[in-house]
Amino acid sequence: MAPKFNMNPLKNPMPSQDPDVRNGNFEEVALGYTAEMAIDEAKRCINCKNRPCVAACPVNIKIPEFIAKVAEGDFEAAYQIITEDSSLPAVCGRVCPQETQCEGKCTRGIKKGCESVAIGRLERFVADWHNENCTEKPTPAPSNGHKVAVIGSGPAGLTCAGDLARLGYEVTVFEAFHVAGGVLVYGIPEFRLPKAIVQKEVDNLKALGVKIETNMVIGRVITIEELKTEYGFDAVFIGSGAGLPKFMKIPGESLKGVYSANEFLTRSNLMKAYKPDSNTPIQRGKCVAVVGGGNVAMDAARTAKRLGAEVHIIYRRGEEELPARREEIEHAKEEGIIFDLLTNPTRILATEENDPRSPAYGWVAGIECVRMELGEPDASGRRSPKVVAGSEFTIPVDCVIMSLGTSPNPLLKATTPGLETKKWGEIAVDEVGKTSLEGVYCGGDAATGAATVIAAMGAGKVAARAIDEYIQSK
Amino acid sequence: MYTIVSKKSLNPTVTQMEIYAPFVAKKALPGQFIIIRVHEDGERIPLTIAGYDREKGTVTIIFQIVGAGTELLNHKKEGESIPDFVGPLGRPTHTEGLKKVCVVGGGVGCAIALPVAKALHEQGAEVTSIIGFRNKDLVILEEEFKACSNHFHMMTDDGSYGRQGNVCVPLKELLEGGETFDEVITIGPLIMMKFVCATTKEFGVKTIASMNPIMIDGTGMCGGCRLTVGGEMKFACVDGPEFDGHLIDFDEAMSRSRTYAEFEAHKREEACNLFKKEVK
Repeated sequence: MAPKFNMNPLKNPMPSQDPDVRNGNFEEVALGYTAEMAIDEAKRCINCKNRPCVAACPVNIKIPEFIAKVAEGDFEAAYQIITEDSSLPAVCGRVCPQETQCEGKCTRGIKKGCESVAIGRLERFVADWHNENCTEKPTPAPSNGHKVAVIGSGPAGLTCAGDLARLGYEVTVFEAFHVAGGVLVYGIPEFRLPKAIVQKEVDNLKALGVKIETNMVIGRVITIEELKTEYGFDAVFIGSGAGLPKFMKIPGESLKGVYSANEFLTRSNLMKAYKPDSNTPIQRGKCVAVVGGGNVAMDAARTAKRLGAEVHIIYRRGEEELPARREEIEHAKEEGIIFDLLTNPTRILATEENDPRSPAYGWVAGIECVRMELGEPDASGRRSPKVVAGSEFTIPVDCVIMSLGTSPNPLLKATTPGLETKKWGEIAVDEVGKTSLEGVYCGGDAATGAATVIAAMGAGKVAARAIDEYIQSK
Repeated sequence: MYTIVSKKSLNPTVTQMEIYAPFVAKKALPGQFIIIRVHEDGERIPLTIAGYDREKGTVTIIFQIVGAGTELLNHKKEGESIPDFVGPLGRPTHTEGLKKVCVVGGGVGCAIALPVAKALHEQGAEVTSIIGFRNKDLVILEEEFKACSNHFHMMTDDGSYGRQGNVCVPLKELLEGGETFDEVITIGPLIMMKFVCATTKEFGVKTIASMNPIMIDGTGMCGGCRLTVGGEMKFACVDGPEFDGHLIDFDEAMSRSRTYAEFEAHKREEACNLFKKEVK
């Protein structure tokens, strides 16, 4: 008989496209485990008593239980266990920062030289297996007669909608774009999260009875107040996500060829500008500078690379301080992205053409930067970067992508009297997502500013529970 | 899906469509815009609202055929539908309290200036309309403007209709003649609005310009529609589309508006060729 546990200290590696091949296509980088690999990996879980992984998961998936089912080869049972707590397993298995959550706390990974169980890869395997092999759709729960409106169909909104639908609520999701998915479709590139997978998760929610109304910009077409009074919704969940992109306020940011990461990624992902026959234009730069070091910067850089450019990531701190996930940084490096660290842009230079009527006028020709050094740690413990005097230099680029984060979308604040916001415009909420307005809840980036998919899902989940309690106690 | 209730060609390159979109019709106000997509995988095209009928549930758009999207839209027939129509977006024109206004429209921009002139007329304001076109063949909405204007000026660049000259000519004459306005509202090509604003600045008359920059989502997410207004970065979709014309950096806006000019022309040609093949 095979041994009960697999004591290999290392994870089963993830089969992936070769870096030099994948940096020229938009197909998914990671190919996923085979059933044999999944079972072998699942056996590395020793089903420890403390279950630290469960506590470290923002939606508290019963991880050891689902992994035990994978080890038995009962993948559908594993799927059912995951979906008791997560509405979007195929998404989370791909984009969650597992290394700082479930896997970061895994008992198998504590000892030096040992790796955690590959929980994320197993979650992805289980969800993909289900999507490929099970045609049976979930069935709607019997209606409890109450209606809930969800604004935004990103991870927070979809999670909240799914949880409430399972409890029997009639849920309508309002999406501003022409397609559901929010950041999962406009932000995260195809090579990291295929859009067909997002569509499948959305279809699963529709099968649960969730209605999705696209092209609806709540605040403009219907106000939150009208949702409650005129349209009879008992509660509203705001999951409208992050808003306006930040810029550096340096000269040259309005030149042609300067994008926000949101615009660049939306053109490529949502509007399919990466396809050669697309109707959406995107600048296919020869040399692109991406300013910023977060996950969005990595996505923008890797997209620009695939569109054929030499790509520089410009970040003012050092390697250690890069806020992106380690895995994303490694992937970017493997694909040939150049990292200009401890570097900060001071201005964007224009083409040398003075006639505004000339087509060559007003394009990006380069980015002037200074070198930085890290000072002593400040009160927050972060070492703040300082300019190295006289270190100006120029990188010749024809496209600049600013990936500096976003500030909250001002639309709902402006159109909803009484909806309180915090200092930077984030919608103010308590620990369960309750806003200053009765029956109105909020979660995800709209409340926190830019964060992760799973954090938004967690907030959607918590708010769903609070909305249920609120409606039931009325 | 959103049905095209009626379609009318206003001139060889400008088409008017009335589209059934009851949610948008219910809330639309002058100065706001919508975004359409003509087909799956199509681009998102922002168009300023030219009119609405709350009872019929329709919104009127008037568009110039410039790229592939508008070319395809122009080939849609009455009774056919388009997949996406979202709005109303942006802030409505501020007309409250205005008693004497000059509305200056140019080319297809007149389509957007009309509902503003109408709204002002309905609230009892004295409306002076100055509309300009390249030539007689391109004139649109003349009767509609006359119906809501106390004073009306028609201009063409080549003099083939109305007076010869651009819209700044009568505007300057009026201001030099001592005429005063609470506000001048201008909608049209960037270069025209630039000169209208330069003209009124001299006389210290407050001027509002309606901007129509490159845009994707239209809800304050992508930042593609950014403009410099009074030295600050503004987003046309949520801060506008109307701004104080004396503070707008028009040169920058003109440069940015041409980012995809070549691509648009190429795509339109492709779309045209597609239709030529169909006809054969």
